[in-house]
This record gives sequence, C-alpha cells and structure tokens, in this order.
Amino acid sequence: MAFSLNFAPQVAVPVMPTPARGYWSKVLRQLMRDPVAMTAALVVFLIVCAAVFAPWLAPMDPYKGSMIKRLLPIGSEGYMLSRLMYGGRLSLLMGVTPVLAAFGIGTSIGLLAGYVGGRLNMIIMRVLDVFYAFPSVLLAVAISGALGPGMTNSILALTLVFVPQVVRVAESVTTQVRKLDYIEAARMSGASAFSIIRVHVLGNVLGPVFVYATGLLSVSMILAAGLSFLGLGVKPPEPEWGLMLNTLRSAIFRNPWVAALPGLLIFITSIGFNLLADGVRSAMDIRR
Amino acid sequence: MKQETVNLASTDRGGPAQPLLMIKDLKKYFPVRGELFQRERKFVHAVDGVSFSVAKGKTLGIVGESGCGKSTTARLIARLVTPDSGSMIFDGEGVAEFGGIEFKEFRRNLQMVFQDSFASLNPRLTISETVAYGPQAHGVSKAQATERAHSLLARVGLRPEQFASRYPHELSGGQRQRVNIARALAFEPRLVILDEAVAALDKSVQAQVLNLLQELKAEHDLTYLFISHDLHVVHYISDEVMVMYMGQVVEMGPVEDIYGNSRHPYTRALLSAVPSMDPAKRTQHTPLSGDPPNPINPPSGCRFRERCPHAEAVCAAQIPALMAAQGNLAHTVACHMNDPQSAHTQTLMEVAA
Repeated sequence: MAFSLNFAPQVAVPVMPTPARGYWSKVLRQLMRDPVAMTAALVVFLIVCAAVFAPWLAPMDPYKGSMIKRLLPIGSEGYMLSRLMYGGRLSLLMGVTPVLAAFGIGTSIGLLAGYVGGRLNMIIMRVLDVFYAFPSVLLAVAISGALGPGMTNSILALTLVFVPQVVRVAESVTTQVRKLDYIEAARMSGASAFSIIRVHVLGNVLGPVFVYATGLLSVSMILAAGLSFLGLGVKPPEPEWGLMLNTLRSAIFRNPWVAALPGLLIFITSIGFNLLADGVRSAMDIRR
Repeated sequence: MKQETVNLASTDRGGPAQPLLMIKDLKKYFPVRGELFQRERKFVHAVDGVSFSVAKGKTLGIVGESGCGKSTTARLIARLVTPDSGSMIFDGEGVAEFGGIEFKEFRRNLQMVFQDSFASLNPRLTISETVAYGPQAHGVSKAQATERAHSLLARVGLRPEQFASRYPHELSGGQRQRVNIARALAFEPRLVILDEAVAALDKSVQAQVLNLLQELKAEHDLTYLFISHDLHVVHYISDEVMVMYMGQVVEMGPVEDIYGNSRHPYTRALLSAVPSMDPAKRTQHTPLSGDPPNPINPPSGCRFRERCPHAEAVCAAQIPALMAAQGNLAHTVACHMNDPQSAHTQTLMEVAA
C-alpha cells in the first residue's frame, strides 16, 4: 500500500531533520493498522489517480459536447464521467495548493514568533488576529473578489485565509516546546539558535501543525468549490466540481442524480481527507 | 572573639585552593505583569544577593523550600536566565569581564542535568543522537560524536547496542536520567549543576544514580552543584551545604556542621521536619508553620522573622549579614542571634542543643 506513503510524509519529509525518519516509519506502520484511515486513504488515492490520469482514463474530451449531453446519466457516452475526472484536477489543485503554501509560510512565521517570543511575537500575532475578525468563507470571498476571478487568485486568496490559522497553531506549539528542558539543555551545549530550531524545535512542531494542515485540506476543497460556485474561481468552460455544481444547479429537477454528482464528489473527497487526517493524528501519537 | 564578615571578593588566583566557581551578589528580580496602566512595577525577588563559592572537586548542596530561588540560582549561573547583577569568577578568571574568560568558554565548562528526565530529552531523537547533538553542534563529525555518545552511554550503564537507538519514551525514568548525565558529560565539563536531578526517581533508582554520580565525579574530576529539597540526599552527596530562604543564603557550611550544628532557626526547622528513623533522635522543635511570605513584598529586616520563633524587634529593623559562626570560619550564618553585637537578646545562646 504505497499510496499512504505518497500522502502522509510527502509534505513533511523534505523539511524533517534526518533523525525523525525513524519516527515517521513508525507512524506509517501505525497508520497501516487503522482500517478507517486506510479506507479513507484508498478513496482519496482513487480520486487523486482518476484526476491525475484523466487525459488517459477519461473516455471523452470534456470540452466537447452540448448542454444536453451534460445531463446524460454517467454511463451513457461517458461525457459526465470525463468532466468529473477532469474537474477533479482543478478541484484538487485548488484544494491542496493553498494548504501546502499556508503550511510552509505559516510554519515559518509561527516558528519565528514562537521561538523569538516577546515583542516580535506580540506584533505578529496581533496583526494576524485581524484576519480572525472575519469568518473564513467571507474572507476568502472578499480577498478573491478584490483580486478578481481566476484560479491563481483563488489559490492566493485561500492561502491568505489559511496562513493565520497555521501560524497560530505553529506559534502555540513552538511556545510550548521552547519552554521544555531539552531546549534549555541544547542551549547549554552552546548550539546556535538555527541548529536548535532545526533539530529540536522543528521536529516537534511539524507534527501537530501537519495534522492541523491535513484537516484544512477538506475545508480548502470546499472553499475552493464555493468560490467557483460563486463565479470567483475557475471560468466556465473549465471543468471544476464547484463550477459544475453551479451550472448543473438548474437541471436539478430534471436529472437530480447527475446534477448532484459533483457535490457528492466534493463531499466524498473532503470526508476522505478528514478521516485520513484523523488517522494520521492518532498514528502520530507514539507515546501511547 | 572577632567576627568576620565573609568577603568573597578576594580572588586567590591559581592553585588547588582556588575555588572553581565564586559567585558574588547574584540578583534577579522578575517583573510581575500587572494591569495595563499600572504605575508601579512589581518584582518577585527571586534571587537577592546570593554569594558563595565551590571548591574544586567538591559538591555543594543547595537546599530550601520550593520557590526559594535554588533553581533560579542555577539558571542564572548557566545564563539560561540573565542576571540583573552579580559577578562570577571561574577558576580565578572573571566570567564575561574585562580580562577574564568569554562567557562561551565558561559555558563549555558547565553542564546541567534537569529534574524532569522526560522533558529534558527531545522525544524525536534517539538517545544516541541526543548525546551526540552537542559535540556535533560544535563541529565534531557525526561518526566521532556518535562513537563518543556510545562510549558515554556505556559508561552510565546503558549498553549502546541495546539502547542507543531507543527513543526517550521507551526508557524508564532512571535510564532517562542516565542519558541526561551522559549528555552533560559529552563536553567534559568541570562543573555540573544537578537541578533536582534525582528528585523524580524512586528511592532504589535514586541510590543507583547517586552512586553513578559519585563515581563519575571521581573519574572526571568534576565539581557538583547539587540542588535538592531532599535533605537526606544532600547529606549523602554534599561536602558543603548552602541553605536558601526567599532568594537569600541563610546558612552555609560543611555538611556535618549544617546537619549537626545548625545555627539558623530556619535550617533547624527544616532539619526537624525530616522524619528520623531513630526514635531517640526525634526532636521537639517547633516545625515551620505557614507559607513563606510573598516574594513580591518581602518582610523588612530578616526575611524569616515572620515564621521565626525567636523573632524580636531587631529582626524587623536590620537585615542580618552572613557572618562566620562561633569558632568555625567555614560555617556562615545570617541571623542576629549569631551576631553578639546585634540587639537580639538571645545572641550566642546554645542553639544547637
């Protein structure tokens, strides 16, 4: 089952210090024993594969065809299926990219704020608190609206929505870790702050932040679909689940099964990410 | 008889008689966070003018109640906390002073073992990596550092082939504390601060670790600063004992003088609180009542006077100086009863009885 390898450590491995590899292989072993997480991983894996290999797998060209064909049931001619597969590419891209970007940016800012502490911490955290004044959906719509429609702008808007949340988690974990005796012991050894952060802080902060970010994946997918639904994301000819939901909305009484399909996929994918995140969360708790 | 105020400023440079570490007038007041527009800033007088010295190859035990400033003193010496004032002389050289040694140089000679054996080990590193980290951070190659870590682990009784690649949560408390000791030794320090290092271990493991510490001290010519609230352990391991109360030294001297002939009412109260196995040795001394006063607003004069059975007017009026006890220059006490020139009515009474 190599796919969970594909997913869980992919985000974290490049930034982890070498010693932590043993830890991650333990987490993986633990994860393999969790049937719910493995099912979720399988579902996510299938959806990701269908999206990634859409050009080879999809039976039809998603850009051809008529409005009428769009309403045909999934089996006939395979037009709907093709659009759903291609739609997954953009939906997943718009779901995953902002979380990855926010994970990188947010963790860096959070580490800095948490490790340095004092006045710098206060300034960073208070500035980010401003973002908390708005509900994330509203904030995403507002930023996306201000930047104008388009996929890149949506991704940018979603990244901006997630960065403060990731920073907050990273900062609070870093602040906790920094007070522990092993950090003081490392300071006693005269190691540089950079070395202490890299070896002792990062490894212990990344875990919780990573789990939190995994949970954000589903939120990001739904928000991205929402932006497209509102016309702020991907533009019409492109297949994207949120956008498809919007255009098929009018056909919901004639052919509800087909119209509901993109929504169902958004639902399944986000549930899949959520359950997988839960599995990773408990697998990472190796002290049990 | 002439009383002498102990003067730690005199620097006797060089030779085995030169104390390894001399601390003079160490102070740290922590600001208390008050309301936003509070005019007056308040301070916790955590460590308030502490002076002492440790002889080479000896163990100085520091005892006192929780919150008396023992651990803060240790952290100030290690500069994990920056002192407000005070100077340090390490083997005759002023630390971070003009003409003295650099602070970095001093820190290389000093290591610390903490109380919480779990919190003091990075849960994500194997114990071999933990021990090897310090030397590696100073440019020792990974292979060399690991080899050294393995030999140190073997020395503290953890067979490297069995333990080196284990994580802290796979070890017992005693084993973890051995790892902490191995890490402290990785730098070949001359001074090791043991901050409640055995307090969290159960008695049998405590004894093993204490014996290990004694062996290592002899092998590596170490000097220990042993901080503990466990009077038995301090009695066992220390050559000299320093008693602290509310950030100040109240009594200091050779271990047998402190335990057998204590002069300060606080020390006596502490010692009488220790349950004795021998019924004949049970004391009828008044045990301490109440909590230490608020360290934000310490009492005037002697800080112990509010809990002291012998307190008189002079105790509130004057701060007692640390002076040599009767007939024993090595034994110093900060109490008006020890000072024949003070106005206290019970001066030089036979307190040890």
